[in-house]
Amino acid sequence: MMTIFKMTSGAIVSNLEHHASIHEINRHARNIRINIIKMLATAGSGHPAGALGLADIYAALFFDVLHYDLDNPKSPDRDILVISNGHTAPVFYASLAEIGAISEKELWTLRKFGSRLQGHPERNRLSWIENTSGPLGEGLSQAAGMTYALKYFDKNEQRKVYCTLGDGELDEGNIWEATMFASKNHLNNLIAIVDRNHIQLDGDTEDVMPLEPLDRKFESFGWQVLQINGNDPAEFIDACSLAHKNLDQPTVILAHTIPGKGVDFMEGDYHWHGKALNDDEIRSALSQLEAEKYD
Amino acid sequence: MIDFNLNERFLRGDFENKAVREGFGEGLVEVARNNEKVVALTGDVGDSVGLGEFIKEFPERFVEVGIAEQNLVTIASGMASMGMIPFAAAYAAFSPGRCWEQIRTSICLNNMPVKIVGSHAGVNAGPDGAAHQILEDIALMRSLPNMIVVAPGDSVEAEKVAVACAKDSRPNYLRLARAPSPIFSSDNSPFEIGRAYVLREGSDVSICTTGTMTAQALLAAQILEKQGIFAEVVHCPTIKPLDSETILQSARKTGRVVTVEEHQIAGGFGSAVAELLSQNSPTLMKIIGINDRFGQSGAADELLDFYGLTAPKIANILASWL
Repeated sequence: MMTIFKMTSGAIVSNLEHHASIHEINRHARNIRINIIKMLATAGSGHPAGALGLADIYAALFFDVLHYDLDNPKSPDRDILVISNGHTAPVFYASLAEIGAISEKELWTLRKFGSRLQGHPERNRLSWIENTSGPLGEGLSQAAGMTYALKYFDKNEQRKVYCTLGDGELDEGNIWEATMFASKNHLNNLIAIVDRNHIQLDGDTEDVMPLEPLDRKFESFGWQVLQINGNDPAEFIDACSLAHKNLDQPTVILAHTIPGKGVDFMEGDYHWHGKALNDDEIRSALSQLEAEKYD
Repeated sequence: MIDFNLNERFLRGDFENKAVREGFGEGLVEVARNNEKVVALTGDVGDSVGLGEFIKEFPERFVEVGIAEQNLVTIASGMASMGMIPFAAAYAAFSPGRCWEQIRTSICLNNMPVKIVGSHAGVNAGPDGAAHQILEDIALMRSLPNMIVVAPGDSVEAEKVAVACAKDSRPNYLRLARAPSPIFSSDNSPFEIGRAYVLREGSDVSICTTGTMTAQALLAAQILEKQGIFAEVVHCPTIKPLDSETILQSARKTGRVVTVEEHQIAGGFGSAVAELLSQNSPTLMKIIGINDRFGQSGAADELLDFYGLTAPKIANILASWL
């Protein structure tokens, strides 16, 4: 399906005809979702909604957008993925298994004693993790610091820094400090991905602490703003390409996602932000996801 | 005992006063000349935390973050993860005061070699009053795993601290004083992270001190000597990790330990020494510091005297205790 997305500047950008790989990316996203459910089932706790909602973007990141070396997680020319919304770690871990960086078996150690897959990501536990996170609002600053170092100290314009953020964590003042810093310093290689799913622990983001007009907030802070359907990998990939073309401003992709995507009883319900599934729910979720056929 | 090479002028009673933060600034310039990975960040207080010369000599390695300490330390964490050695400098009341959790997660749990530089620590910050005189920062920083905590005793030692911290691969907290204080060390004095130094031997009591209180302790020991009390002075610029061997040895020798710090008694340097002694060699102790109250406006000397942190006051407390 040809999709259209609108930049807040008013320009309408049509998607380029997509790589054949979109079909593959959708399949990977489905596999990632299945593993998220299985991981949380084994762990008995965790945050399903955000992780499920981000699966399409993560599949696109790991199977199209990011430059990385499967044999060397610390490859010196890799792109950096900073996870600010650490509670969505299962989507990251499941993506690592999907590319073969870690074994699927390791996924079942999530949140367990001695695991490299801590409840929230810890850099010193697993070499694929770029930043330790969990407490919200800190990733964008770290990503900005990394981008600044690349641009001004290393004089490297090739490497990109992506930072995934939850929308709820935009309540944090630290985020807006980072936003000003990135704009002041023209950190064009910084791409923030806001998971705009409208849920946080206590309810709808607009009830807890209204964020809108979010696009205009970022615009007024000097950022390029792109709005996409965050459950469409093609739109995400195109948005990244647009971000790369901006040589002056940092870019924020407001990725409108459906929390709990792919599992009907979870979709759009904030109660699933941080709740584990019971046995019946696990069976139902897996049967829904496994019914999606891409082969 | 290592020969500390105390400053000759200080021993003669001819005090040369200089602010610790200035010595740090000079040390940082020296470090930056030899290591291009060293960068400095600040939150709108560059000159006053001693970065003036650095900014002039290395403008391309200086990053102004504005009045945003949470951002300051997390930006620094990001830079460290790209191989830089960032010194993030602000008033200690604001960093680490404002941004403890960012330091905990993004620097300590993340294990990034960020150097948190907190200037204006203690009541010597003076006229600005209690709001700016942080007395809780040692407690905040020493409770964090991976964090190294250093409070240089004078400006000469602060230069060496800057050099040593740049070489250290762990998160560090550098606690700096604003007001000029007597220089008791010399260019030839040793400094190593994790080492304490016996500056003066004695048999009746050990005075363990950190930061600029060491000069006061040395002077207090001179006063006590005239009263026939022989105090050993153990200078502990590194608060974490403590040099347990040196402190225990001195405690076992004298049988009594007094700690002095420009910080709350709760959770500070004295607490750290008490944790060490109580578990290894229980020793009678007295902890001299600020006792569960805030500072106030005034001149640095006036405030130090009011809060009992000058040599005569320290000597009085010891004399009545012994």
